[in-house]
Amino acid sequence: MTKSRIFWGIVAPTAAIINSLFFVYIILKLRGVEPIEMFKLMVSYGFDPRNLVSEINQTVAYYMAGVAAAIGFKMLLFNIGIDGQYRMGAFFGAVVGAAVNLPPVLHVLLIILVAMLAGGAWAAIAGYLKVKRGVNEVISNIMLNFIAAAIIAFLLSPNLLGSLPEGSQNLQTKPIPSSGQMPTIKAFEGEIYSFLFIAVVVGIGYWIMLNKTVFGFNLRATGLSFRAARASGVNAPRMIFITTVLSGAIAGLVGIGTLLSDTHSYSMAFPSGYAFTGLALALLGRNHPVGIFFAAFLWSFLERSAPVLEFEGVPPEIVIVMQGTIVLSIVIAYEVVARINLRQQQRAVGSANSENQIPVAEQVKETK
Amino acid sequence: MSTNTNSAAKPGSKAKSFFKSPARITLLIAGIFLIISLVEVITGATDISSPGTSGATLRFAIPLLMAGLGGLWAERAGVINIGLEGMMIVGTWTAAWFGYLHGPVVGILAAAIFGLASGFFHAIMTVKVGIDQAVSGLAINLIAAGAARYLSGIFFPPVGGDRTVSPPVETLPSFSVPFIAPILNSIDEKNIFLVSNIAGLLYGVTKDLSVVTVGFLLLVPFTSWILWRSKFGLRMRFSGENPMAAESLGINVYRTRYIAISVSGMLASLGGAYLALVASSVYREGQTAGRGFIGLATVIFGNWKPSGVFAGSILFGFTDAIRVRQAESVTALILAAGIVALLLSIFYTTSRRWKPAASYFTIGLVALWINRSVETIPQEFVTVFPNVATLLVLTFLAQRLTPPAMAGMPYRRGSE
Repeated sequence: MTKSRIFWGIVAPTAAIINSLFFVYIILKLRGVEPIEMFKLMVSYGFDPRNLVSEINQTVAYYMAGVAAAIGFKMLLFNIGIDGQYRMGAFFGAVVGAAVNLPPVLHVLLIILVAMLAGGAWAAIAGYLKVKRGVNEVISNIMLNFIAAAIIAFLLSPNLLGSLPEGSQNLQTKPIPSSGQMPTIKAFEGEIYSFLFIAVVVGIGYWIMLNKTVFGFNLRATGLSFRAARASGVNAPRMIFITTVLSGAIAGLVGIGTLLSDTHSYSMAFPSGYAFTGLALALLGRNHPVGIFFAAFLWSFLERSAPVLEFEGVPPEIVIVMQGTIVLSIVIAYEVVARINLRQQQRAVGSANSENQIPVAEQVKETK
Repeated sequence: MSTNTNSAAKPGSKAKSFFKSPARITLLIAGIFLIISLVEVITGATDISSPGTSGATLRFAIPLLMAGLGGLWAERAGVINIGLEGMMIVGTWTAAWFGYLHGPVVGILAAAIFGLASGFFHAIMTVKVGIDQAVSGLAINLIAAGAARYLSGIFFPPVGGDRTVSPPVETLPSFSVPFIAPILNSIDEKNIFLVSNIAGLLYGVTKDLSVVTVGFLLLVPFTSWILWRSKFGLRMRFSGENPMAAESLGINVYRTRYIAISVSGMLASLGGAYLALVASSVYREGQTAGRGFIGLATVIFGNWKPSGVFAGSILFGFTDAIRVRQAESVTALILAAGIVALLLSIFYTTSRRWKPAASYFTIGLVALWINRSVETIPQEFVTVFPNVATLLVLTFLAQRLTPPAMAGMPYRRGSE
């Protein structure tokens, strides 16, 4: 059973990726370019050392989003509010980080803590609505994403928390002093954010939390069967609330790598769309910390290597289509696998029954 | 959508019977007008009931209405359509491209057909394959956005467009309602208290009316008719409320959902076509600007009823119009809302229902306080008004909402 699960856990994502590659192959063929050449170009451009660095940095951000989504998924929660939570985390992390003066390490830790608190608090709204008011978390989170963006856009106005540096059109928060910045690691002519290590810690912590703690056990149990967990004494609504907040707290860290090692201030240039990416990565990586890492790397690899297509007359947005088809294919693959497993189980149960007792069909015959 | 379904249908509920009677609704609307006219006199924000505002309201409301109706069709049949935004993008792009090639009529038709196809795709994914409805919808949003950008990059630059903007497209013809519009205009210009306000508002929606607008507005009663008067509507609602029971009575739930979701995609796509061909004359990247999600919000706001979706989209369109035209009017509107809340508080006090009376009183005071102390409401907050309103409705009125019981739940034939 476990063996086949691992087998399918690898086969299904691979099949999904191949499927979407095939889809993109057809699209590129229609465009009149040689698809294989394009793929080769993307690979060589994507593995170019300079691009590799930015891919790793992007992977870290995506990884956080993926883990945040996976925590939710374990509870059957669809945390599409990652976008808003990440914004809240990065923004308030930046604001608090710029406002205080602390010794180097403490300063960074405070920013990370504030980011997690802000993300968690924002997620808590959706959690509260879900638990106390029965509001579907997908709807509330979509609304909360828009509201978070609006609140931050408002707070970023020059007479409040934002400022407009000279020669820039981009409103941003005040810069974080050097004691609150994280160093970068020089590699491949680029600089890797040391926030990478925090991501590793989060990944390991996620695995331990899930597999080695009572909380993780309760979480998985509630996700598998709400009623059974409740019957065995788990306070399921409370679990849902805590999981939502936890997911939000991790989502609050999505933008922190960029914030602490690169920009040192939050601006409107911080990208959006992390919610769907996070969910996609958790699906692709089967909620497993290592799986999510590979998925996150694939995602940022695709994004960073796409611009090379521009020179061949292919709009790089083809990658977005590809990502969408990967997600669809993976979900379909899981659905198909689940059905195959179900059928196998039914057959196994059926044959086990037929060995022990008279099959139903024969019973029917006898009575006739 | 796991809200309580029973309590809202409680017979004899006072609020419900109050809003049921047409005479009272007329009275209510007249009352609102009286208040708005008063507020306009008090604050000098004259734009609230001007013809320009009502016209703009309609233009902003139609795309939301179409997305909302799209969401309504899908959810009534039991499937949540998060992909509305993507389907609107399909509509804007196809309408602009085919409109550019063959004229706006073909553009609208193309948007309808491609929208139908995108809805059908969502149906295959959620009904046939049975994947999570939210995942399918989100993937459609992503793929549609990516495909539109990809195709724009290929098709638009060679014909005088841009990577993100299509070449200008001929718009659909519009007309002013004969006889009525000029009369209303003359009344509006006479500046009689209340009468002119109403005339001005009506003038705004009767002049320069696009043919498409009229057609789209007619879809509201049509959807009502389908849902509550036709055989198909009964099947649709049954599929959304209890697909297993429906199946046991011989209703083909799969087919019903296929049709409903395809129509859903078509409606959302037509809403997108409206953006490209009527509200503007061009496709522009990011043109839909989250309207699909606001359409989803109007479904909740409108309590899964076509008339409710209509009311929601008018309200949200109105806030959009006010934001764009005269931001100062927003504070005037808050004053109006405060007055309404205080009146409701008095109404509840007379019927000795202290709890709602107290809460409306508080709301009224807060509104008045905001009006006195805040100069202008920041644009950002006006933009997300629909989102905030929907969250508040979900939070405080969830017991009164009646969503289709099984909307969003997976259903497979022959299994529980």
